[in-house]
Amino acid sequence: MRKIAISDGDIQVSTRQLPPEGPEPKPITPAAKDWMLFLGFAATVLTMPIWLQPLGAAYPDLLQKFAIFGIFAIGFNILFGLTGYLSFGHAAFLGVGSYAAVWSFKLFTMNVLPAMLLGVLVAGLFALLIGFISLRRAGIYFSILTLAFAQMSYNLAYSVLTPITNGETGLQLRGNDPRYIDRAFGVESVGLPQTNLFGIDMSGYPGFYFCAAVLIVMFLIAMRIFRSPYGLKLRAIKSNQNRMAYTGFNTRPYLLGAFVISGMYAGIAGALLAVTDPLAGAERMQWTASGEVVLMTILGGAGTLIGPFLGATIIKYFENIFSALNEAELASAFSFLPPPLQEFAVTIVNPFVGEGWHLTLGVIFMVIVIFLPGGLVEGFRRIGRLFRGRSGKRTASQAEVQPAE
Amino acid sequence: MSTTDKTILTRRTLLRGTAAGATLLATPYFFTKGAYAQDFCNMPTGDTVTLGFNVPQTGAYADEGADELRAYQLAVKHLNGEGDGGMMNTMSPSALKGNGILGKKVAYVTGDTQTKSDAARASAKRMIEKDGAIMITGGSSSGVAIAVQGLCDEMGVIFMAGLTHSNDTTGKDKKRYGFRHFFNAYMSGQALGPILAEEFGSDRRAYHLTADYTWGWTQEESIKNATENLGWETVEAVRTPLGAGDFSQYITPVVNSGADVLILNHYGKDMVNSLTQAVQFGLREKQANGKNFEIVVPLFSRLMAQGAGEAIKGILGTTNWNWSLQDEASQAFVKSFGQEYGFPPSQAAHTCYVQTLLYANACETAGTFLPTEVISTLEGFEFDGMGNGPTLYRAEDHQCFKKVLVVRGNENPESQFDLLKVVKEVAREDVTYDPSIFGGELGPNVVKTC
Repeated sequence: MRKIAISDGDIQVSTRQLPPEGPEPKPITPAAKDWMLFLGFAATVLTMPIWLQPLGAAYPDLLQKFAIFGIFAIGFNILFGLTGYLSFGHAAFLGVGSYAAVWSFKLFTMNVLPAMLLGVLVAGLFALLIGFISLRRAGIYFSILTLAFAQMSYNLAYSVLTPITNGETGLQLRGNDPRYIDRAFGVESVGLPQTNLFGIDMSGYPGFYFCAAVLIVMFLIAMRIFRSPYGLKLRAIKSNQNRMAYTGFNTRPYLLGAFVISGMYAGIAGALLAVTDPLAGAERMQWTASGEVVLMTILGGAGTLIGPFLGATIIKYFENIFSALNEAELASAFSFLPPPLQEFAVTIVNPFVGEGWHLTLGVIFMVIVIFLPGGLVEGFRRIGRLFRGRSGKRTASQAEVQPAE
Repeated sequence: MSTTDKTILTRRTLLRGTAAGATLLATPYFFTKGAYAQDFCNMPTGDTVTLGFNVPQTGAYADEGADELRAYQLAVKHLNGEGDGGMMNTMSPSALKGNGILGKKVAYVTGDTQTKSDAARASAKRMIEKDGAIMITGGSSSGVAIAVQGLCDEMGVIFMAGLTHSNDTTGKDKKRYGFRHFFNAYMSGQALGPILAEEFGSDRRAYHLTADYTWGWTQEESIKNATENLGWETVEAVRTPLGAGDFSQYITPVVNSGADVLILNHYGKDMVNSLTQAVQFGLREKQANGKNFEIVVPLFSRLMAQGAGEAIKGILGTTNWNWSLQDEASQAFVKSFGQEYGFPPSQAAHTCYVQTLLYANACETAGTFLPTEVISTLEGFEFDGMGNGPTLYRAEDHQCFKKVLVVRGNENPESQFDLLKVVKEVAREDVTYDPSIFGGELGPNVVKTC
């Protein structure tokens, strides 16, 4: 125990001297830079309804999805980005969080706070169980184990556990649900009740701002984890687990911790899905959903703070906006061209929108993985370096040296 | 170290407080104002009115979805006065004028439900929140239809269900803002029962294979009730996961179960697979209890029959509508659809087309888009000339009552579309039931502002 405490201190010192994001220009300290990043992030998220307007994405449901899947991806990144353990089953925690939240609405109250608490707790416990078993293996075996567990959960939710999950139909609210706490306070509603935060309805824009607030808090927590000695140890596990074990660390508790934390993030995201739309379906746990969060993280930039949120936004944008374009809309978009050219353009573009949106996403994903292995964040950094000119080059060469030590 | 931590902590609290405060302040005033300043959800203000067509474009029901979309586009054309008008000419009573709805041109947006409740709701929400759709229609899975119907009821947008056959859609889960033209599993049971007794006798032993979700459950229950009333015995009812693909492990036990009828409560690709495999297992050549072994598929569609090929021949089932019907309305629709796309419409296309026209007609009759008025107009609406004979939209549960077709897989098809032969048209009175048997509540008819 004591030995670990001492090395904690040692590593802490080294963080201060050599922040992993690369050396900074002198006047701005790393802490101050972090706060700027955080404030910038918060401002960006809260103003999404304004600056997404021209992109056609500024409507509550999609904005909520941006925030929720942002949380999901940020949490996933704590495991994948820091430790390098690729979980292919994180959707299971998302689903469990949703089910727990909907049950809280059904049994206790329509207030969202107990639902979120229950969602996080249940997802955390579930992650503890699955992580405890899966983390006995590393690499591809770990991925396969998590995938198997998630698929098992999906199938259980789909058929065996129908009394709890309502199978394919999905768990929904009913007028005659017990809602013991609400009933005890004499809250009655006409028709189906709405989820609320002490009286504020959690649909539409209020729902988005609630999700955004949670996202900002979750981002802050993730940032603190990234910058903490604990985060550094997780990185150490990624770079060389054996070496870390030789220095006297038992890596498993750290890994399990990271796994549970990211599972709880997924639980929060799942609970928020239920908050904004009180319905939980088994398809949330399907392996495609687990794969989606991996895509989001890699697309944005694994191991970076802002990357996963970027990736989540882009994927959800494609899923909701690109998939809805149809031939008629394309034709009107290309109406500035002469008719034969217009027809030609529509024919070319048509397979990439509407039901073909996966194709576009696949192309973008390939391009990014091949040319920007660090995701979009790396792209932004390269652009930033171009603008910074010579001083930027110096930073680049130093940053390249860093992993070798 | 401790001192730096302290300063960070206070700053964090401050920042978090500021962020939360800003959120709360911005929330009520900023963005809600413009969006909610209207009398009801998505009140059309310009010279167009937008309908939302939410159909499965990918997944197990994609074939049905594609056909539904074709029908919707055709309906929009006819409503806007283009094309030959199709069933607008045969519908009675009709207030439709062929100049859009209430003088506003009909526009539409489309979405992919992916046959998943989540995706379907997200898609419907986009249509309502972003595109300003005043009515959502579609489906092709009861699970999805029920999920979207619930959403539309919450938001105050009328939902005209497409292909959904579960009793729950207008039973346990019925909603004030939801309407269904398609028939349901209970009606299938009522229509099919007497024919089964006629064909197979009244001392049969039935084995059910059932798709494990709301539609499968209610159909199994309905068919079980109907056949047990005839004197049949139910040997066993086995639930199979949706989209199982391989049903051999479920079909093998049927052979030695002592049953002599197999009832497949499957739809779409599931039904194609399970029926084909059952036929491959030689069930239809088998003798059990001294009788010929029989297979029944309570819900049939032409698209499925096309998928199952040879296996479908001679199999009994029910359907909502078939393109071979000879009445004037059906003929007009088949002609119009055929001219547009080159092949006859499926029952899914038919019900979706009819639903769109019915909604438009209700708006015209009510003289407004106000959902409460449109709902009142549709409730108890009695109409004819839509391919199913005289039809009633019952006020108590928003279910349409009309005749039900009992069909048989055609032994000698004349064309690749001539796959189902109508055995009997069961009268509306014989399939009408008491709305209270399924429970559920419609909820209040009040205006909602999204």
